[in-house]
This record gives sequence, C-alpha cells and structure tokens, in this order.
Amino acid sequence: MTVAEIVSSRGNSRQNLLQILHDIQDASGDHSLHPAEVEALSALMAIPVADIVGTASFYTMFAFHPRGRHVIRLCESPPCWVMGEEDLRAALEARLGITVGQTTPDGQFTLETSSCLGTCGVAPVMSIDDEVYGNLTAEKVSQIIDRLAVQERV
Amino acid sequence: MSRPRSYVLVAIDANTVTAGAREVKNRLSAEIGRRGLGGEIQVIETGSFGPADAGVVAAVQPDGVVYGRLTPGDIPRLVEEHFVKGRPCTELILPGERPVAAPGAGDSRRVQLEGRIVLDNCGRIDPERIEEYIAADGYFALGKAVTEMTPAQVIQEMKDSGLRGRGGAGFPTGLKWGLCAPVIADEKYVICNADEGEPGTFKDRLIMEGDPHKVIEGMAICGYAIGATRGFVYIRGEYRLSVERLRNAIGAARRHGLLGTNLFESGFDFDVEVRIGAGAYVCGEETALIESMEGKRGLPRLKPPFPAQHGFQGKPTTVNNVETLANVPAIIRNGAAWFRRFGAAGTPGTKVYTVLGHVNRPGLIEVPTGVTLREIVNDYGGGMRGGRFHMAQLGGTAGDLLGEEVLDVPLDYDSMQAAGHSLGSGAVLVMNQTVSVRSFLHACMRFFLHESCGNCNPCRNGLRILLDITGRLRDGTAFADDLEHMEQICQGLKVSAFCPLGQSAAAPVLSALRYFRDELREGVGTAARPRARSSGRFSTVSG
Repeated sequence: MTVAEIVSSRGNSRQNLLQILHDIQDASGDHSLHPAEVEALSALMAIPVADIVGTASFYTMFAFHPRGRHVIRLCESPPCWVMGEEDLRAALEARLGITVGQTTPDGQFTLETSSCLGTCGVAPVMSIDDEVYGNLTAEKVSQIIDRLAVQERV
Repeated sequence: MSRPRSYVLVAIDANTVTAGAREVKNRLSAEIGRRGLGGEIQVIETGSFGPADAGVVAAVQPDGVVYGRLTPGDIPRLVEEHFVKGRPCTELILPGERPVAAPGAGDSRRVQLEGRIVLDNCGRIDPERIEEYIAADGYFALGKAVTEMTPAQVIQEMKDSGLRGRGGAGFPTGLKWGLCAPVIADEKYVICNADEGEPGTFKDRLIMEGDPHKVIEGMAICGYAIGATRGFVYIRGEYRLSVERLRNAIGAARRHGLLGTNLFESGFDFDVEVRIGAGAYVCGEETALIESMEGKRGLPRLKPPFPAQHGFQGKPTTVNNVETLANVPAIIRNGAAWFRRFGAAGTPGTKVYTVLGHVNRPGLIEVPTGVTLREIVNDYGGGMRGGRFHMAQLGGTAGDLLGEEVLDVPLDYDSMQAAGHSLGSGAVLVMNQTVSVRSFLHACMRFFLHESCGNCNPCRNGLRILLDITGRLRDGTAFADDLEHMEQICQGLKVSAFCPLGQSAAAPVLSALRYFRDELREGVGTAARPRARSSGRFSTVSG
C-alpha cells in the first residue's frame, strides 16, 4: 500500500497517526520509516515533518534506520534480567557477531533490547518479528537463530 | 447434530503459542476426526487458564482434567486413552494444577480461594465466539443497566461495591465515574487502559485474550453511567494477539446489536474502537495515554484539570484499567452486596496477580484481596525454586522491594498502606538468594532511565544519578555517602517528579534501603569520592 492508501484507509486525522506510522513501517520492507514516506505523509496530513519525526521517535517501536529482515527484541526488564537475560544477550551477540542496536552485514538480523514484552511467565524472553520465544537459554537462542538462518537460505 | 459429550479447551495465548499450541490443537482436531469422534468431542481455542510455565495446556470438560506440556506426539495416546478408552491419561496430567471447577463447590475456604470474578470464563469459553460469552450470562449486566437502572443507580451500585481501580493506584471506581457523569459536554469518552507496560504484569493481556467481551461490556456500562457514547481501548503495540481478539469481539458485538445504536431498545448508543500504542511505558499514565491517543508524543499532562473534565480531545473522559472494567459486569449482574462478600472489607473483590521469578509454578492467579504474600508464593506459586526466599517485588518495577518481614501482611490496599507499601499492578516477582539486591536495583534503574520521557529534570537527571550509584553498589565501589545520597535523590523524586513514572521510580530504592540496608552497605568500597565531577551528580545522559 502507498502512503496515500494507508492514510485514507485509516482516516486522515491526527489521532490515527500512530496506527498510520505502524502501517507504513510494516509495509516498508526493512522495518523502518523512510524520509520520502515521512515527507509524503507530512504533505497529506498537513503535519510538519519535524512533528511527525518528533512523535515517532518518542516510541521505541519506530525506527528511522533500515533494520534487518528479522528484528530480534530481547527483553531486558527486571523479571527477565532475574531469569538470566544477560547470558542471552552475550549468546546473541556472539552468535550474530554484532552488538545491541546493530544489524548483521547480510541484512538478516537486527538485535535490539526491549522493555517488558508481557510474557514474563516464561522469562527470559525475546521476540523475533511477531513471534515471542520464552524459557530461553543461551543454547536455545543459538538454535532458534540457526533455524531462522537456514529457513532464509531455502 | 447431537451435542458433543466432551470439550477439549486448548489454551491459546502468547505463552502457549510459543510452546506450539497451534500445532497441538491442529493435531488434536485431526486425530479426533480420524477416529470418527468429531461429533462427540469438540476442540475449542480458549484463553490462558493461569499456568504459564507448563508448555501447551489443555482442559477436558466436563471431566475437569488439565493436561500440560503437550506435544503433537502425545496426541494419539491422549485421544486413545481419554476419549476412546475413557480414562484420563495420567502421565500427561499437569501436576499440581487444580482442575478448572465452577466456584460454589466444596468447603467455604476453598470456594473463597477459587472464586473467580474476572477470570471466571478464561479457559472455559472460546473467546472468539460471542455466543459462548452470552451463554455464560454475558451482556446480561449491560441489558440490566440500560433497561432497569438509571445512570445514577449504576454509579451508586459501583460506589457501594467498593471496587477500587486495579491498575495500581487503587482509586475508587464509582467515585471516578461519579466525577465524570455530571460534567456537561457534547461528547464524553470511556477509555480502557490496556497499555500494560509494567514489567512482570501480563494480567490484562490474558483477560483480553481469554474473555474480551467482558471488557467491552464493562466499557459499555461505564459509558451508560457517565453519559458517553464512544469508547476506546488503548492497547500497547506489542500485544498483537490482544488487538486481534478485541477487534474480532467488537465486530461480533456489533453484529449482535450489543454495540452500536439503541442498545436493548433503550435509546443508549455505544461503540468501541481499538487504538494501538508503539512502545512507551509512560503511556500507561492516563494523561500520557490520552496524548498518545491523540497522535502525539506520550508526555503526561499537568493535573488538574483531570481527564474527568478535560480528557481525550479536551472532552470529559473516564480512564479505567482492563481488570477494573472486567469486574463491572459481575457487580451489576449480582449486586454490590454480592461483590463485598469477596476479599478484605476495605477493598472488596478479588485481585489478579502474575506470579513469577523463582517459584515452581509461575502464572496468573485470581485471589481474594487480603491473601498474604506467603500464601501466594507457597500455595499458588508452588513454593520457592532454587533456593530460599530472599525478596519479592510487588507491583512491577515501580513497586516496593519486600523482605521476609512482609510475607504475612494481607495484600489489600489498606493493610499495605498501613505497612507503608502499595499494592501496585499485581505483579509478584519472587527472588531467591541468587539475586543480589544491589544488582537488582541497578537493573530497575536501567529500566526507568530508558523509559523516562526526559521532560522534567528530577526524573531525567535523578534517574541517571541513581543508575550511577546503583552501578557502583553492584560493583562494590560505592562511596561512603552514596546510600545517603541515593535516599535524598529518591525523596526528591517522590515530591518533585512531574508524573508517577519518576515518583514511583523511588519505590524500589527506598524500600530496599528499608529492608536491605546491610546488604546495600556491602556495596560500599574503600575508595574516597573524587573531588571533581565524577560524583555522578552532574553527569549527563549518554547513549
């Protein structure tokens, strides 16, 4: 969908801005908001670019830099920290060869941290795209990444 | 077609889906079909029953058997044993899990322990089918309210019930509605606060996923009481399944004429929309939530004016937590006197807790107010895992850190307040001796600094200083006056931070100073504080 189509499907009103930004980002292909689309949105909704960027940058789910095909969000809230989040972070960074905030050179994975994902019953957890993985250990984390990396190649 | 003799309810929520619940459910349907039992046994998707650490969970009704840790490979055996041979498959039964039984059976103590108001349908009905909610007395309360009661009577009933807001602050719900009702405006709004971001809290998600119509019905009753015709559910962006379930439920309610115009031919109009957030803890604060719903940065507003006068789009607005609204239908249906039979006298009803951390059975429970922390850990959490009880944090990261001294204080708003604590959102994070208070506080401060909106100085800089100090405490390099300094900063935060985020960030630190001062002192090193700026007092926020 184009920006114009998204705006008209959700309704051209400021109160729909977050939903519209979600839709634009979901359709972007690289989980990010592109300058050209933000400018188009600004013109359509008559909201200054600075205002849109200021609003979007307040929220952790929006990004202005291209992200990998899979976005990994490791929960670092205290309940997950208690259950071993730091080991998972080390395992993920070692397996992917990047640190938090970076994307692998092949553009496959972006590693981020997140506040509570609301699945603390199975802490520690991470989400990859829309899927949440729980009861994680360093070993399981590597297996999950391996599996996704293989799927990607087929 | 004849009525099925048994129902298999498979819990579908974020935890069980992770464990492969959809595969298990598909395999179950296929196996039952293959054995020609399709007409007798019906497989139903439902919300969480409570156990969170038990893999894929399914209950067989009316037999009252709960199976756990199911894999697709277990299914042929389960179907063979339970449905063909007619005996429960004992090796797959979830140990320690009480069957999902109707409250009202057994001795009175047990009834009290098992009585569910909010979660009574979770795990028993298919949340995707409005018919099942209606069959369980759903929307009866809305019909009763709009056809038999005046808005003032509804508010009075809520006041009489003594229900207090379940989002954490504990403000009396009837009083809140009563503040909004008399305000004259062309439009008013009901907002359901489903921005459940408090770490360790996931009760609202499970309510929305397990029984979405109950929340919608509660909102409609609130709308009738205060004179609003539109409601919004603000759900955090991470809760995709909740968004989906609620949108489906809203669609079904509209098709059944339970949302829309002229409900129950009473002339009352009400409709609900879902709005989604995008990842900001501070949006759980009601005025920040309203700003976010208006498509802006989620910065808290100056109060007063309160939302009851000046809320969404400047109109009178009532904001209630998911769990609060989920209590409303039962109160209107059964009356305030019935509700007051549950829980502690000053704060009647039940409370939904999420029990997690070092316990044997983490998960969701609904218990009467007034149950103690010790009972929660031992009776519901299945006891400590991997060591002795060290501490518990009650009410999420913004909650107090409690020591053994508090294990027997009844958990209700008044008793906790008398002990100098608050009940909070319902998260109970239990920790054994492997977790040090010093490191834990550092993890808490890291969270708050990340989530601070940066708008007011006490929060923006105070949290940075607290992060520095707790970091030194963790590393054993704190300066001699760091504990005192930390306490001062926290007192400052409590009185001068603009919104509850900054104010409540002091809670874990101050309560740790109260119960674990000796342990914190172990983090003080021998190095003297350098004279220059490295005290942390003037350090700036970085990366």
